[in-house]
Amino acid sequence: MIAAGRYSDAYMVNWTSNVFPGVLGRTCDRPCEPACRRGRVEKEPVAICRLKRVAADNKDDIRARLPKVPEVRNGKRVALIGAGPASLTVARDLAPHGYEVVLYDADPKAGGMIRSQIPRFRLPESVIDEEVGYILGLGIELRLGQRVDSLKALLAEGYDAVFVGSGAPRGRELELPGRKEAAANIHIGIDWLSSVSFGHVDKIGKRVIVLGGGNTAMDCCRTSRRLGGEDVKVIVRSGFEEMKASPWEKEDAMHEDIPILNYLVPKEFLHTNGRLTGVKFEKVAAQYDAKGRRSLKPTGEPDQVFECDDVLVAVGQENAFPWIERDIGLEFDKWDMPVVDAKTMQSTLPKVFFGGDAAFGPKNIIWAVAHGHDAAVSIDKYCNGQDVSQRPPPMVTLASQKMGIHEWSYDNDISNDARSVVPLRPKEVALKDVRLEVELGFDSKLGYKEAERCLNCDVQTVFTPALCIECDACTDICPEDCITFTANGTEEDLRTRLTAPAPNATQALYVSSALKTERVMVKDEDVCLHCGMCAERCPTGAWDMQKYLLEMTHAGPACRSQ
Amino acid sequence: MTYLQKPKLHHPQLPTNGLGFTHRDYEGAISTLCAGCGHDSISSAIIQACFELSLPPHRIAKLSGIGCSSKTPTYFLGQAHGFNSVHGRMPSVLTGANVANRELIYLGVSGDGDSASIGLGQFAHSIRRGVNMVYIVENNGVYGLTKGQFSATSDLGSKSKKGAVNTDSPIDLVSMALQLGASFVGRSFSGDKRQLVPLIKAAINHHGAAFIDCISPCIAFNNHAGSTKGFDFVREHNEAVNYMDVMIGREPIVADYAPGTVEVVTQHDGSVLRLRKLVEHYDPSDRLAAINYLQERSASGEIVTGLLYVDPKADDLHDHLNTVARPLNELGTADLVPGAAALDKLNASLR
Repeated sequence: MIAAGRYSDAYMVNWTSNVFPGVLGRTCDRPCEPACRRGRVEKEPVAICRLKRVAADNKDDIRARLPKVPEVRNGKRVALIGAGPASLTVARDLAPHGYEVVLYDADPKAGGMIRSQIPRFRLPESVIDEEVGYILGLGIELRLGQRVDSLKALLAEGYDAVFVGSGAPRGRELELPGRKEAAANIHIGIDWLSSVSFGHVDKIGKRVIVLGGGNTAMDCCRTSRRLGGEDVKVIVRSGFEEMKASPWEKEDAMHEDIPILNYLVPKEFLHTNGRLTGVKFEKVAAQYDAKGRRSLKPTGEPDQVFECDDVLVAVGQENAFPWIERDIGLEFDKWDMPVVDAKTMQSTLPKVFFGGDAAFGPKNIIWAVAHGHDAAVSIDKYCNGQDVSQRPPPMVTLASQKMGIHEWSYDNDISNDARSVVPLRPKEVALKDVRLEVELGFDSKLGYKEAERCLNCDVQTVFTPALCIECDACTDICPEDCITFTANGTEEDLRTRLTAPAPNATQALYVSSALKTERVMVKDEDVCLHCGMCAERCPTGAWDMQKYLLEMTHAGPACRSQ
Repeated sequence: MTYLQKPKLHHPQLPTNGLGFTHRDYEGAISTLCAGCGHDSISSAIIQACFELSLPPHRIAKLSGIGCSSKTPTYFLGQAHGFNSVHGRMPSVLTGANVANRELIYLGVSGDGDSASIGLGQFAHSIRRGVNMVYIVENNGVYGLTKGQFSATSDLGSKSKKGAVNTDSPIDLVSMALQLGASFVGRSFSGDKRQLVPLIKAAINHHGAAFIDCISPCIAFNNHAGSTKGFDFVREHNEAVNYMDVMIGREPIVADYAPGTVEVVTQHDGSVLRLRKLVEHYDPSDRLAAINYLQERSASGEIVTGLLYVDPKADDLHDHLNTVARPLNELGTADLVPGAAALDKLNASLR
C-alpha cells in the first residue's frame, strides 16, 4: 500500500494493530526487524519502522475512518490507571464497544512515557497530540493530573474492571560515595528527561557524563547536547556490544559527537564545596567462566577520573506500587511485582488487569500495545461473564493472487536495492533546538524504494500435489534454490538432501504428500522471496500464490464465545 | 506479453566453483518458452554442468538453428558467445566456427525439427566429420511452434494431442549418430538431471563429436495419454543403462560401489567417467553392441538412456585435416604470408 501511495489505507491497517504508527514509526525498538526475512537473503531487513512513519506522515485526514463514539453505552465502567501506551490501547479497543472508560494520570497530559521520556527532537509533540487525540476522541473520560493513591479506594468506586498501565516510573538510584553531597548536579535520567519534556529544565552544564547504556541513556546524552552540553560522554560498565541500547540509537549518539566509553564501573562522585567535580571509575575487563557466564573483573589499573559539571544516571527503571494495598487480594511475588498471567494480563484479583511496563517490568512501547490488546480482550470477556482464558485464535484468510498469464495482483518484482538510510537534519541545526526533529523520515520516493524491498511474507506459495507433473520447472527457476523433489524422509534427513542448504531449523520445511513418482516436494521457506516465479513457470497450476491475511483477535463481540 | 524477470537475489549460502562463480552466474535471460517446458530443464542442466566444470562462460560458443529448442541458448550462459543460425544449418555454422577457432567449447543446441527434418543432412555431416562439439537435440517429438504436428522423431503409432495417429516411421538420431561415427553418444531425459548433468559434463570434456539426444516433453502439445514423449510415458519406459560421475583433475573419489559394478573410463583430457552400471552386460565401448541393444529395446517399446557409447581416444576434425593449432584470428601477416622462400620450398616439394 505504501508503494502504491495508499498511505491512509496503510495507516489504518497499522493503526488497528499498533495504535501509534506515527509515534512508533519514529521511536520503536523494532522487534519486527530482526524477524524480517529480507535480512536472511541480504544484509539488512526492510526498514519497517520508517515505513510506518511514511504512512503516518503522508496520509490524508483519516478522522472519518476512526471508530465512532457509540451512541448507546453498554453500562460497564472501566478505570485505566496511567495514560501511557498500554492504557490508551485498552481505551481504544474498549470504548467503541460502549464501555465507559475513565483514564487517570498524574501528568497534566495523556501519553505517559511517550510524552514525558522521549525527547521532542525524536518525537514532535504534534505527533503525540494527534495519535493520543484519536483515542481520547472516542469518548474517554479524562482524569488527568489526578494521581491514584489507593487501588482499594478506586475499586470502591464500583468499576467493573481496572487496568493498571502505570509504567515503570522510578529511575534506579546509584548509591555511591558523594551522591548526597553532590546531589544538586546528579540527576535521575527519566525524571530529568520528563522535566525537559514539560519545559521545567532547559539547560545543563558544559561537561556531562551519562551513566548507563540503555536507550534512556542515549536520550539523556543527546538531549544534553542540545541544552548546552559540549563535552558529553556516555560511560558504561559492560562492553559496547552488550549495551542495551538499540544499535541505531548508539549510532545516532556517536553521530552527535558523543563518545561511548566502556568497561568502566563508577566508584565515587567527586565534589568540592558541595559541587560535583567529576566521577571516579574502576577499570574492568570481561571474564567468562566455564559455563560462558560473564563477570566484570577489575584489571588492577589505576582508577580513572573524568571531570564533569553534571551527571545523568540512566542505569535502569523500576516498578513501584506503593499505592496498591497488599490486603485486597492482589498477590505480589518475591520481587514485589504483581502476579500477572502472561496471556490474559489478569492479576490474582479477577477484575484487575495489568499491562505495559507495570506488568512485567520495563520493555518498550510496542510490547505495551500488545499487552493492551490482550488485556482489552480479557476485560471484554470478563465484563461479559466469560472465561478470560478461552481466547479465539486469530482469523486467517488465503486468497489466490493469479489474475492471468504473467499477471498477479501483488507486487512480486523484488527490488535489489540495499536498505535506505534516513535523511537527517544537519547537525549544526539539529543540536541547537531540543524540540527540532532531527530525523526527516523517508519522503514518498524513498518510501517507495524501501517498500519495494519487501519480500511479501503475506503472499504464500501454496502447492497442490495432485496437479504436479514433476517437470522441475519450479526447481529450475527458483532464484533461491529452495525447491527440491526428493524421496521422503524425516525433516532432519530431508535437510541434508536439499538443492541448497537450509540451516535455519526454526523455520519448518514445507513438505508435500507423495507425488506420482513417490517423491515429495520439499520447500525451504527460510529464504523464499515470494516472487512467484515457481507459480509463474508451473504449467499445471500446482503452485499458486495466495495472499495470507492474519486478523488478530480484538476486544468486541468477535472475541466472545457464542 | 511481458515476462517477469527472475530476481537477482540468491541464496546466501550458494556454493561457488573454482572461478568464484555461483550457478546463478551461468544463467541467461528469462525463458519465454511455455511454462513447464522440458527445454528449460535442459538449459538448467547445461548451467549446472558448466558451473560444476568451472568453465569460464566467455570461452563457450552456443549455436542453434530455429525452433523452440533453438531459442534456449538465450536462456543460459548469458556471457557466452552465441549464434542463432538458419533453420537446420547450425551444424555447418558450428563446423566453420570450430575450424576457425578450436579453442572455444562448442555447444550446438537443436531440436527434432531442426536436426531430424530440415537439417538432417547437416547433422549427419557434422557427426561424420568428427567436429569437436557437444551436439544436444532437445527432442520433444512435436512441432511446438507450429501448434503440434508430428515431427520426424514422433514414434509410429503415437497420438497427437487432437487424437491423430502417426503413421510414419521415426528417425532415431542416436542410432544414426552411432552409425555415422560419433565418438560419444548419450540419451537422457529432461526430467532426470541426476543422469543428464553428468552426461553433459562428460560430453563437454570429450574430444570429438559428442551427441546427446535428450527427450524433452512438450507440455503444450505432447504430454498426453498416447504420447511417447510425455513425462509419464518416459518415466515408465525409461531404461537407464548406467549413471555416471565425472571426475575432473584430482577430485577425491568419495563414492563407494560394489566391485564390478563400476566401469572407469578415462577421456583424452584426463577426466574420469565412473559409470555405475544398471544393465549388467552393457558395454559402452562396443559400438556394434550398442546399436543392437538400442534396436532390441526399442522394438519392445523401451527408451534406453545413459552413456550409450564412448571412444575415449577419438580424433576430431582438426586431427584429420592437420590444421594449424592456433585460432585463425591470432595468425599475423608473417604466418599468413610466409614469403617467397616458403613458396619455393612448397613448389619444390610438389615437383
